[in-house]
Amino acid sequence: METTVTKTGTEDKIWGGGNEPLKVSYGKMMMWFFIVSDALTFSGFLAAYGFSRFKFIDSWPIADQVFNHFPFLHGVDAPMYYVALMTFILIFSSVTMVLAVDAGHHMKQKKVIFYMFLTIIGGAIFVGSQAWEWKNFIKGEYGAVETKGGQILQFVDAEGHRVALKDVAILDTHKERSQHEEKNGIWYDKEATLPTYTIAELTNGFAKNTDLLIRTQELVPNLEDLKASGNAKKIAYAARLEKQLVNPEAKGEKAIYKREFSLNRLKNDTVGIVEGANLVHNEYGTPLFANFFFFITGFHGFHVLSGVIINIIIFINVILGTYERRKNYEMVEKVGLYWHFVDLVWVFVFTFFYLV
Amino acid sequence: MAHDTAHHESNISRIWKVFILLSVVTIVEVILGIIKPAFLIETTLISMKLLNWIFIILTIYKAYYITWSFMHMEGETKGLRRAVVWTAIFLICYLIFILLTEGDYIYEVFKAGHKAWDF
Repeated sequence: METTVTKTGTEDKIWGGGNEPLKVSYGKMMMWFFIVSDALTFSGFLAAYGFSRFKFIDSWPIADQVFNHFPFLHGVDAPMYYVALMTFILIFSSVTMVLAVDAGHHMKQKKVIFYMFLTIIGGAIFVGSQAWEWKNFIKGEYGAVETKGGQILQFVDAEGHRVALKDVAILDTHKERSQHEEKNGIWYDKEATLPTYTIAELTNGFAKNTDLLIRTQELVPNLEDLKASGNAKKIAYAARLEKQLVNPEAKGEKAIYKREFSLNRLKNDTVGIVEGANLVHNEYGTPLFANFFFFITGFHGFHVLSGVIINIIIFINVILGTYERRKNYEMVEKVGLYWHFVDLVWVFVFTFFYLV
Repeated sequence: MAHDTAHHESNISRIWKVFILLSVVTIVEVILGIIKPAFLIETTLISMKLLNWIFIILTIYKAYYITWSFMHMEGETKGLRRAVVWTAIFLICYLIFILLTEGDYIYEVFKAGHKAWDF
């Protein structure tokens, strides 16, 4: 851009700061270097996600089975459609941002206003969608059972579709246990909310409904490879899976136990139920998955939110004609850089969280 | 500053072209992610599924267009371009290499160890 923004009075003094080898204004250059450092922060998070995923490579949740909601389509399995839509919205708001920058180069105030308005709307829709994704993730739809070792067991029917806890449990109407409230105790203590269903109720329901099976966190390995490996331990592992699983051939999918093993695990190994996800328990699999989901998409969502706010500030300035008087729309270009960066990060988050 | 002249021509048709390109790449990614072609999943390259390599390459392809076209990196001087892009790429590659190697090592330790993790 023109140097009208940052005239320092040193333009012709080569050794007095008048030399600009990178030929950009101070503000724009610093925006670029901020973006580099922010990109490194995000890659730190994503690489840490990769680390944890490699650590639990044989039991990581499958994104298609976690993010399969679409607004107004209840109970329809819609893997990734909604995130793909969100990606489009963000890319499109990036496009309107470039158009605003382009209009700024030609000093067309009206056009800058229009395109920045669209950009802000796009950003707001994206943040809203992100909130909706979080809501679904936190609430969960089906619920699961947690074992002593912290593994998650999910209920599925014969076709492999998940079954909600409420459809499995047979409620015990003679429950002795009632929630201890503050008013009943001497020490004004109360206990945490009681779980909706007890293990006994679930085991009872599971034993009666012969259609049900249990899906584990474990991903089915390639059994042929294990058997051919010649390693006694691996061969024993393959033999165990063949004995226990309904789907030993479904390589890369979540292992499903046969009835007797399902019932056995449910009776002996479980400690409680999980509904939805938080930082400690997660009905979709390892809690780390939830932690990274909250942290990475949360950090990105916060970037989008601050981007929207900065865009609004610049938008107001454009309406007030600040940049018309300055005869220069470089501020729009600078927020544009930030906005594209947010889009750039989302492209990577989308790939590593939802696709890979 | 003489470099400004190039900035002022309108790039609107190019912007829309890049948008269409990014959209098509995203659609291809989503379709591949839903149908998951068997041969792409079964073939592995450097201990990763071919499908995942495709996703990553397409992502970098998209990132290139966002940076070069939308962020006007192509119009910046060589010095700025290299300071920004090479620094980031070098550090990110290093980070990924070291963390993924370590993650895989810990996985092997867990697996070969004498403790049961699933009980």
